[in-house]
Amino acid sequence: MIDLSILINNLDTYLEGFKNTVLSSIIALIGSFILGVIIAIFRISPLKPLNWIGTAYVEFIRNIPLLIITFFFFIGLPALGLTLSGFVAGTIALAIYTASFIAEAIRAGIQSVPKGQMEAARSSGLTYLQTMTKIILPQAIKIVIPPIGNQFINLVKNSSILGIVAGLDLMYFGDIVSSTTFVTFDVYIFVALFYLVLTIPLSLGVGYLEKRLARNH
Amino acid sequence: MFMSKSKKIAGMVLLSATLLLSACGGDGSKETSGTGGKNALEQIKEKDKIVFGVKHDTRLFGLKNPSTGEVEGFDIDISKEIAKEILGDESKVEFKEVTSKTRIPLLNNGDIDAIVATMTISEERKKEVDFSDVYFDAGQSLLVKKGSAIKGIEDLKKGTKVLAVKGSTSAVNIREKAPDTTVLEFENYTEAFTALKSGQGDALTTDDSILYGMADQDSNYELVGGTFTEEPYGIAVKKGNAELVDAINDALKKLKENGKYDEIHSKWIKTN
Repeated sequence: MIDLSILINNLDTYLEGFKNTVLSSIIALIGSFILGVIIAIFRISPLKPLNWIGTAYVEFIRNIPLLIITFFFFIGLPALGLTLSGFVAGTIALAIYTASFIAEAIRAGIQSVPKGQMEAARSSGLTYLQTMTKIILPQAIKIVIPPIGNQFINLVKNSSILGIVAGLDLMYFGDIVSSTTFVTFDVYIFVALFYLVLTIPLSLGVGYLEKRLARNH
Repeated sequence: MFMSKSKKIAGMVLLSATLLLSACGGDGSKETSGTGGKNALEQIKEKDKIVFGVKHDTRLFGLKNPSTGEVEGFDIDISKEIAKEILGDESKVEFKEVTSKTRIPLLNNGDIDAIVATMTISEERKKEVDFSDVYFDAGQSLLVKKGSAIKGIEDLKKGTKVLAVKGSTSAVNIREKAPDTTVLEFENYTEAFTALKSGQGDALTTDDSILYGMADQDSNYELVGGTFTEEPYGIAVKKGNAELVDAINDALKKLKENGKYDEIHSKWIKTN
């Protein structure tokens, strides 16, 4: 049977890790969303240089393992004179990595809005930026909520990367509890449960939003 | 609407219950399969092969040589000699990579017969595994960049970052001896040393034996303050295998008597 005393005796340790996982996930979630929207707009921008930057970002970042991006911020940047803690390095890497997936989801959403809408808005005298923010994006958001929701769930789980760079998250303290109690299986079952506490509400929330927005259509 | 929601929740509960149950089942079956039948020494003799869990990332003790693919070091040579004593031939030895974190679970799972992986004998660990006699005397020390203000353990103050490896006794010791200092733990020695080199910490702490290997690799780093703990390394086997422990102890004794031990020791460890 699962040994509950492990959870009880190490509750403070688990909660400290849980707190940092929540914090890192929230920061990375907001950061990746903002960055993702900007990159998506770059990717579909009619300006060639912006377009090129957006495409390069997505193709580079999306195709590199998150672990390597994290090591770049944790071990690579200090060589250039900037030292970031494991928590900061991991969170930035998480935001940058997830942004590439969010950018792709948003791009697909924007491009699924019929071209005629852009043409109609532009010929009514709206600028490109106005058309984007007032006409295209509000429609695209509805389409992209399910895929973005998936990315957010992935982000919470991927935050376990912090454990590798001493980012003091749930996984890091899970490893430490496991190495001080000599119990592996039970310790990680509790770690998994803490992740579920975060991801199940997120998953249900995305499902709810999806339904509500579908009704508005 | 209401139906589908409650069905969903019921489904979820069922799923998690199944997961938990299957998890418990897995645990139980492992324990029964481990204890039944012959003792560990007989099993080793029967399959005519002994599997040692060794480090693959620890210079001087167990390090995978990338050009040959072979693991080399003090632990490896000792393991081979023990295999020679028990099975009569050093080629009947097999090595599996372990880390400080994975070695006890792998031993208890039956993946390895014994751990020869810079493992300190401690009272805590004796509850989990059986140890042989001491096969190496180490002591915990500090590694810092040359010219660092840290000259010994008394210089570890609040705000100093000390790097250690997850699951090692040194992480526990340093928290006791320097309670104000921040301890950051990494997966293995390579990562901890890389973190030290990139300025993520002020000192790295573990056994001097391993720190000598790091200082040997990068001369910008040095050991300071001598040793502040005694870390006797032992060979660990699964709990309740007195025969195997005896066989290993006999082998160690023989190695010390016939000079093989000193030969291996001076081959790897060059104390200044």
